[in-house]
Amino acid sequence: MKIMNHYPDANGHFGAFGGRYVGETLMPALLELDAARQSAMADPAFLAEFRALLRDYVGRPTPVDFAARLTAHAGGARIYLKREDLTHTGAHKINNTIGQGLLARRMGKRRIIAETGAGQHGVATATVAARFGLECKVFMGVEDIRRQAPNVCRMKLLGAEVVPVAAGTGTLKDAMNEAMRYWVGAVEDTFYVIGTVAGPHPYPVLVRDFQRVIGDEARGQMVDSIGRLPDMLVACVGGGSNAMGLFYPFLDDPVEIVGVEAAGEGIATGHHAATLGEGSVGVLHGTKSYLLQDADGQVQEAHSISAGLDYPGVGPEHALLKELGRVRYVSVDDRTALQTFQLLARLEGIIPALESSHAVAAALREAATRKPEEAILVCLSGRGDKDLAHAVATIEKMGL
Amino acid sequence: MNRITKTFQRLAQQNRRALVGYITAGDPDFDTSLAILQQAVDAGIDVLELGVPFSDPTADGTVIQLAAARALRQGMTVPRVLELAHRIRAAHPETPIVLFSYYNPLLRYGLERLAKDATAAGVDGFLIVDLPPEEAGEMRPALSGYDLPLIRLIAPTTPAERMAAITRDAGGFLYLITRTGVTGVGTLDQDRIQQLAATLQQQSPLPVCLGFGISTAADVRQLAGLANGVVVGSALVKIVAEHGAQAAPLVAAKVRELRAALDPDIKGAAIIYPAAP
Repeated sequence: MKIMNHYPDANGHFGAFGGRYVGETLMPALLELDAARQSAMADPAFLAEFRALLRDYVGRPTPVDFAARLTAHAGGARIYLKREDLTHTGAHKINNTIGQGLLARRMGKRRIIAETGAGQHGVATATVAARFGLECKVFMGVEDIRRQAPNVCRMKLLGAEVVPVAAGTGTLKDAMNEAMRYWVGAVEDTFYVIGTVAGPHPYPVLVRDFQRVIGDEARGQMVDSIGRLPDMLVACVGGGSNAMGLFYPFLDDPVEIVGVEAAGEGIATGHHAATLGEGSVGVLHGTKSYLLQDADGQVQEAHSISAGLDYPGVGPEHALLKELGRVRYVSVDDRTALQTFQLLARLEGIIPALESSHAVAAALREAATRKPEEAILVCLSGRGDKDLAHAVATIEKMGL
Repeated sequence: MNRITKTFQRLAQQNRRALVGYITAGDPDFDTSLAILQQAVDAGIDVLELGVPFSDPTADGTVIQLAAARALRQGMTVPRVLELAHRIRAAHPETPIVLFSYYNPLLRYGLERLAKDATAAGVDGFLIVDLPPEEAGEMRPALSGYDLPLIRLIAPTTPAERMAAITRDAGGFLYLITRTGVTGVGTLDQDRIQQLAATLQQQSPLPVCLGFGISTAADVRQLAGLANGVVVGSALVKIVAEHGAQAAPLVAAKVRELRAALDPDIKGAAIIYPAAP
């Protein structure tokens, strides 16, 4: 069965998932955004400008890099890294914010807002706001402000206002709640730049289509490098944007696909962010998907060392891919992610983001069980500079 | 006939407007909430919007967010909300009760089970803030065979052609959001509201109520003539936040004040809603 180009339907449904579960005040804005999206994505001039900025400003294409010492360490399949950490601002998030920034400008919106967890999407949005001369507010939970301090400095330096969100546990979910509330009151002149493949339609498809450059490039690069497609793809999944970006162009190919969620302190402790693995179907932030929730439909807090994975929801297209059995979703806990963070630094001279460390950890596990002639492509979605202080302190505390 | 329709018909015959009151169920706890709700209805709420608390109320301002958090901390659940509705129904056989909710707690409860249990509890309709007509494909069949209309929201941002599509799917009354923003904050633009309310009344036979940002007797007097009723929520919930276990008589006093502002020309309004001793 072919999956690409079949989803979503005109109302943003990915099978039983997705849609637009928002208050009426936002509906006209979402309809307007969807019309603008369709017109932009069919406009060669828009796409040419997008591609030019990805090349000249973001630094694309990012390389695919064979990780020889990591491969030897795993003792099985060959591990290749798609180096999104080498983009301007240091993570894949910039691919999407360039696209949405161009779209905001095309729609005549001069003010943009964003939510952020790890701060990478906030930095990428603030960067684009500076580049395009837009006014920018970034909503960020107080706990994330604490653990991602360097990114807060970056956003401020780039001219954005960082709005602290103290509600709930002060993490990504709370930041998104507050950004949506702000947008309800400012919807007539403000563009909301959502950073992941979640949220109401058209965001899941909009973000996927701006992020699929990861997978489109990687296909060609793997063929150039090994003369064929990889046997397996691995990417981390919080909301799921780097994973959708890598996976999407391969969905109809004979390639095994693995999504990696955060197991936090361990699945059994209940303190995790394994939404697809452990959650159930529900509606949050405008979309129907898997959700960490209690028996009464109250959304539960997610837990992960990685702020970018610390989210109790997940993009609706991932829910569909799980249901179709097309992607296998596994999880990696905080401890293993931190060990892998150190391992990649020592073996390959790459300090990965804690988010990406989850993907590398799962790839190591998979590689160990496979033959040396097989190839695994991992999305190294971002670099770890932002995590240094927090990760090093936690590594010491855990005695790793 | 549905109690909502009956109530608006009765009020229309009396040339009066409806006072629709929103109160978060279970805030600050079950027993206090029950006392607040009973006294608020006694004091003159015509249509009760019983708020189902949700962990992530993205359409609400701080006042109702905090109310939901208080209620959830005290163990409020959908079954307990239905129990509250049932208790209010027992004391007030004619007052319409609308469950005001986000979609997820209802979806989780099970939509068919909800329709059955809500009917048994004496609930008269649903207002689901994050369920636009485009996404009501599961809810509509679950409600078929029950007298449980879906009350629809219309926003100042809603274009006229979309208004028509929404009103086709609506029941009970139409809830016209009077400003762009979350609940409980902001100022009112009377000309714009008047124009929107007039458009709606041309398009639909359903009564129109105005809500979001209405908190004082002055607001009520300003808007009463423009529609069939007004919705007051955050202003009542704020009293619960400030006075907790002592809130019930104070909420009732606020309701009487709003009620009096709504019916300034009705002789004997004070007799219909006598002040508590």
